[in-house]
Amino acid sequence: MVQPANKGEQSASGPEQHTIIALVEDKPGVLTRVASMFRRRGFNIASLAVGRSERAGLSRMTFVVNGDMETIKQVTRQLDKLIDVIEVSDISTHQVVARELALIKVTTTPSSRGEIMQFAELFDANIVDVSTSSLVIEITGGEQKVNSLEGLLRPFGITEMVRTGLVAMVRGQESGIDLENLGIPPSANGLIRMDSGI
Amino acid sequence: MKLSGAEIVCESLLKEGVEIVFGLPGGAVLPLYGAMANYPKLRHVLVRHEQAASMAADGYARATGRVGVCSATSGPGATNLVTGIATAQMDSVPIVAITGQVPRGAIGRDAFQETDVTGITLPITKHNFLVMEVEDVAPAIKEAFHIASTGRPGPVLVDIPKDVLLDLRTEFVWPDMPNLPGYHPPGAAPARQVAQAAELINRARRPVILAGHGVLISQAYRELIELAEKAQIPVITTLLGISSIPTAHVLNMGMPGMHGMAYNNLAIDQADLLIGLGMRFDDRVTGRLRDFAPNAQVVHIDVDASELDKNVKATVPVVGDLKQVLNQLIPLVQPTVHLDWIRRLDELKAQHPSLYIRESEELLPQYVLNRLSEVAGGDCIVVTGVGQHQMWAAQHCKFKEPNTLITSGGLGSMGYEVPAALGARMGRPDKTVWSVAGDGGFQMTMCDLATAVENNVDIKFAILNNQSLGMVKQMQDVFYDREYYAVEYSGNPDFVKLAAAYGIEGMRVTRKEEVDDAVRHAMEVSGPVIIDFVVKSDEQVYPWIPAGESVHEMIEEQPARGGPY
Ligand SMILES: Cc1ncc(C[n+]2csc(CCOP(=O)(O)OP(=O)(O)O)c2C)c(N)n1
Ligand SMILES: [Mg+2]
Repeated sequence: MVQPANKGEQSASGPEQHTIIALVEDKPGVLTRVASMFRRRGFNIASLAVGRSERAGLSRMTFVVNGDMETIKQVTRQLDKLIDVIEVSDISTHQVVARELALIKVTTTPSSRGEIMQFAELFDANIVDVSTSSLVIEITGGEQKVNSLEGLLRPFGITEMVRTGLVAMVRGQESGIDLENLGIPPSANGLIRMDSGI
Repeated sequence: MKLSGAEIVCESLLKEGVEIVFGLPGGAVLPLYGAMANYPKLRHVLVRHEQAASMAADGYARATGRVGVCSATSGPGATNLVTGIATAQMDSVPIVAITGQVPRGAIGRDAFQETDVTGITLPITKHNFLVMEVEDVAPAIKEAFHIASTGRPGPVLVDIPKDVLLDLRTEFVWPDMPNLPGYHPPGAAPARQVAQAAELINRARRPVILAGHGVLISQAYRELIELAEKAQIPVITTLLGISSIPTAHVLNMGMPGMHGMAYNNLAIDQADLLIGLGMRFDDRVTGRLRDFAPNAQVVHIDVDASELDKNVKATVPVVGDLKQVLNQLIPLVQPTVHLDWIRRLDELKAQHPSLYIRESEELLPQYVLNRLSEVAGGDCIVVTGVGQHQMWAAQHCKFKEPNTLITSGGLGSMGYEVPAALGARMGRPDKTVWSVAGDGGFQMTMCDLATAVENNVDIKFAILNNQSLGMVKQMQDVFYDREYYAVEYSGNPDFVKLAAAYGIEGMRVTRKEEVDDAVRHAMEVSGPVIIDFVVKSDEQVYPWIPAGESVHEMIEEQPARGGPY
């Protein structure tokens, strides 16, 4: 049976969050190309983090993207189609280390300060700035952990928060997504390369 | 010897075998024009409007299979290229556009004629470059041509600031290889995928091939016919796949989709296997996806992995260069006949004669194109505009050789008919080139008649003059209850006098009896000719599956007033 693959119609697998990592050339405009592709095709980025990679001249991007399997397949293929993108993998089904960093400024009163500091300690978070009426807390961890602390601090009054978005890495020797179905061979360094030819 | 950036551009173009550059100069690109004057092997064709430059490069590329080149100055020059670049992007046509940019120090300051052309063209190019150092000029051009012409082809823009063009610091060093670590166009497909595709094909009882532009791009015409004949599989060609297999081939069924033959849409509806070859299941082909080919599995072969599962989910997706994949596939396909299926399709053809042209005293556009194709002999190149005349050309013209229908399919760019014909004829001076034009589209780009005249480019223009934006009028007729609004051209120029103004021959044809002679005469004249075919103005294109609907809503013939809508 022909099945439509378009986003407009209901898909069997519901919306999910996927973590995608991409190795890209560190050139002006790369971020624009990536962002433009996401916008144009209506893909939904929950977070995006970019930074230098282990290889000179190459950056690594970590995306958290909302969508069902079909959408995510399109996302990875469209990403890989960009000339400046060297490798793409959906690492969602793999054993990964995933972390983000958040800075949270909380309003304090003499009576609440102690409790807030206790929460911070429980979460292994650091107090990086103290004033008479506020604290800045730095927390690193998985998304859940950061969400939990954020939730606990909210009642005290969060006046400012910044989260970096997730950065992620596959543990040990594992590699990226299974492209067997497309029959695309893994590239030499273990990550999967998607050659779209475009 | 040290060369300027501009001279390096010229040297690079020669290395790429470029013979023609379509363009128009201006301040920022002036150094390039200064240099080109000293490179007589690069023929610069001066256009009247930059849109003609990008569309001529596109027509040249489609007719020859080589990369078409255009150039323009910064700002308005570059933005005028945009429609042609987008046209090439949608239809996977290899062109390289070279634009001048304001000097580096002025970038970002809203300088005179500064536009962010790499930003503007980012979503409508396969890739683009802003070259900020003279050392990068030759590598960028090498990479631009490589990207444009390999894998799934497409337009590439190279934007060069004026002071980089003037920079006289380096020698010309032509790189051996493009340096593109993220770009690996696929070749052959993995054996397992091909085997699975063959298995589905061998099991199928009602298969059809959907042949797209990819067949022409990868030059897989022989392989297409071999596969079709070996397993007796009927071939349906998308708009851009037309001419990938001769019209007269017994297995060629013609076009599907919105204005395709009714029997093709019914065949797809009844098929148990679709074999998509270098095509992308565009909405003009599929209509409403939910109702498309409900009984079929899908083998989808394309060089661009992102096309697989984009619109239609493939049972067996195969990524690879079509020609190579077909050569892998054909030995695994068993010879068969599919007798029942072919008979069924013959019945469908008999019951739904979609190409029937009714008897009429009036000059019907379908009749004109049928005769034009007949008299011209089917080995000319037909370039069309966009609209009703385009669909009638796709339905009624006959093609013998690959790349002989040149039309803007994906973007549907009116005005394509004049400049693309210019490029096609300059690329293939051995071929008669007919520009099948709409009176609307022709007037969008007719300023470049002058370019054809100046360069003695022999194009035969057949204007299907219905004094209207016919295709839109047709939609208003049906969907807006004949409330015609902004679709009628009551003040068209006299195209015969227009021809005279450009110093070329013009003819007006208003009666059926005159058609053959006019076409014949146009082909005898050396040089451009315009024939103004004054056709019935409210004729409509059928069959028709209105946008977003399915084969079940197909209207086969022009309904009597008060029809289905
Ligand atoms: C540049 C551009 N503007 C608008 C349209 C929308 N459009 C599609 S077909 C058409 C009518 C074309 O008129 P004409 O060239 O005379 O061809 P006809 O349909 O009459 O044969 C229009 C306006 C388009 N495709 N391209
Ligand atoms: Mg018209």
